[in-house]
Amino acid sequence: MPARIPPLAITAYTATCAAARGLDALSEAVRERRGGLHENDLADHPLACFIGRVAGLEETRLPAAFAQHDARNNRLAWLGLNQDGFLDTARALRDRYGADRVALVLGTSTSSIGETETAYRHLDADGRFAPGQRRAVHQPHSLGLFVQDVLGLDGPCLSIATACSSSAKVFASAERLLRAGIVDAAIVGGVDTLCGSVLYGFNSLGLVAPQACRPFDVARCGLSLGEAAGFAILERADGTNTHVNKSAPRLVGYGESSDAHHMSAPHPQGLGAQIAIEDALARAGIASADVDYINLHGTATPQNDAVEAALITRLFPLTALASSTKGWTGHALGAAGIVEAAMTLLALERGLVPGTLNLDTPDPVCGPQVMIDNRERTIDVALSNSFGFGGNNCCLAFARAQVA
Amino acid sequence: MSIDVVIEGVGVWSPALPGWQASQHVLAGEVESVPAGSARPAAALLAPAERRRAPDSVLFALEVAQQAAEMAAREGRTLHGVFASDHGDLAINDYLCATLAQAPDQLSPTKFHNSVHNAPAGYWAIATGCNASTTALSAGDYTFAAGLFEAALVAQSEDAPVLFVACDLPASGPLADVVSSRTPFAVALVLSPRRDRAGAALRLASQARPAALAPEPALLHAVCGDNPVARSLPLLVALARKERQTLALQAGPRLYLELEISPWLN
Repeated sequence: MPARIPPLAITAYTATCAAARGLDALSEAVRERRGGLHENDLADHPLACFIGRVAGLEETRLPAAFAQHDARNNRLAWLGLNQDGFLDTARALRDRYGADRVALVLGTSTSSIGETETAYRHLDADGRFAPGQRRAVHQPHSLGLFVQDVLGLDGPCLSIATACSSSAKVFASAERLLRAGIVDAAIVGGVDTLCGSVLYGFNSLGLVAPQACRPFDVARCGLSLGEAAGFAILERADGTNTHVNKSAPRLVGYGESSDAHHMSAPHPQGLGAQIAIEDALARAGIASADVDYINLHGTATPQNDAVEAALITRLFPLTALASSTKGWTGHALGAAGIVEAAMTLLALERGLVPGTLNLDTPDPVCGPQVMIDNRERTIDVALSNSFGFGGNNCCLAFARAQVA
Repeated sequence: MSIDVVIEGVGVWSPALPGWQASQHVLAGEVESVPAGSARPAAALLAPAERRRAPDSVLFALEVAQQAAEMAAREGRTLHGVFASDHGDLAINDYLCATLAQAPDQLSPTKFHNSVHNAPAGYWAIATGCNASTTALSAGDYTFAAGLFEAALVAQSEDAPVLFVACDLPASGPLADVVSSRTPFAVALVLSPRRDRAGAALRLASQARPAALAPEPALLHAVCGDNPVARSLPLLVALARKERQTLALQAGPRLYLELEISPWLN
């Protein structure tokens, strides 16, 4: 079992997804049970399904100084950075600690491959990229390069790409950088956008639902793809950092594991997922009985939800609350981890625990933990699960400052 | 702040560097020319049927990973994994984008799930029965140095041995207009936080202060320098020559990774 880690303060965070842009709007969308999934209307990708598209993204333009980074994914990153005052907060963080003392660790599954798809649709007569497409956006690190440029950061900068666990694992990498004293603060996050690769790719695997996804429902038949951006700032919570808000929520643990089972299907008993959860609890120094809420991976694919529900029933007390918020957001893939971390932090900070949108009749494998309706309850300790292709699992543990 | 690890095992595969054991004299500069070599590694860890289906990103990564683990006398399932690649599997990306432009409904499900950046990590975990953490990352031109630093940090933080793999492949199709890589190149290191086993001591320090970058050997740079994993060459040369050496790699636009290598102790 891993050793306990010192809690880190999450001094700022933001999320932009199909349901809302920014935390207040997201909280309202949860309260009003207003999801962001609609019939697919992407002209370039006419697949019959529901998607979680971010409103206003089509009108978003990058400032001229960053034009070379132009791609739907980086436009969504820009839109996300401009919510909740995050951009100013991040730049002030850089000025406080120094550009080389702030790490940037971002998760993405597809980065700006949507722009590469566009370039392939508009090749010149010789089958080559048009001159305007000969840019550095056609690579997995496009997101990292863009945000590093926008924030003017000189510290370690990584794009983590482990499919749907990507932007959960960024918290683990950032914690290690902070604990080792390499940096004094870390900006973490994740951005993924709708593109042909994921729509037709998940469709080819038979995993896309024709209607809005229904996590944990007995009649669920697949996921709805979404797009999202989210960011958070991590700083040490010890006495030396007197400027840190004493009531800022804490990252108290994380667990990372591999299923060693299959590239696109979960381990039937959730072996890797269980290791990730147990390691997160161990790093936090807590027991499963201490967990008040679990934001589930809950993609609404038949296999994921059956394995995850059985695991929750087995590991957690009957009084724990658990839900999937993908009915609001869709599955934002590499951005799912950060958006669901934000959902979990909102539950900690505001006491509004999201239920599961579009869930009518829970699968019999679900224990009483899996909630349909929202609840108002004080949440002291919460987990967020993210599982990805390749059997790549991550579980994050958060706590209110008063109990961390 | 520096991190100390021991390099217990090394793996390498590129047409000019077909395996660590076979390549040390080339890396040490004891040759007048470099061999042409075989382009595809054996990747003996995979069953024959899997080997036929596996994309090159998986074949190359598993080949060097197995070399490094065997040299370290470590079972693969006991290692945390950090898999670094600037571009991932460029042939699959080319296939995805070309198919989407012409016949999106024809997209192959296998190629799709093999397109994730962590496909080599996933196949490695499956092949070795590894339940430890695996990470896949990119840092653009700085992927080798940034990935090596991340791997050393995992070894130190987890107090456990880590497999580090860096692999990039040739660009194919129209992507070759924006990606310079023309030669496959994969490197693996097994890093341990403990000094009680045989290996070369490595001290890593991340710094913003500019440092003189280590030169790459001209003969090898000429045949594989287009691949971002070739930024590993100065470290590989130092290991092959069994020399005490301090060298710097670029780890970001304004970030440097200083490496202090002590000779191999058996």
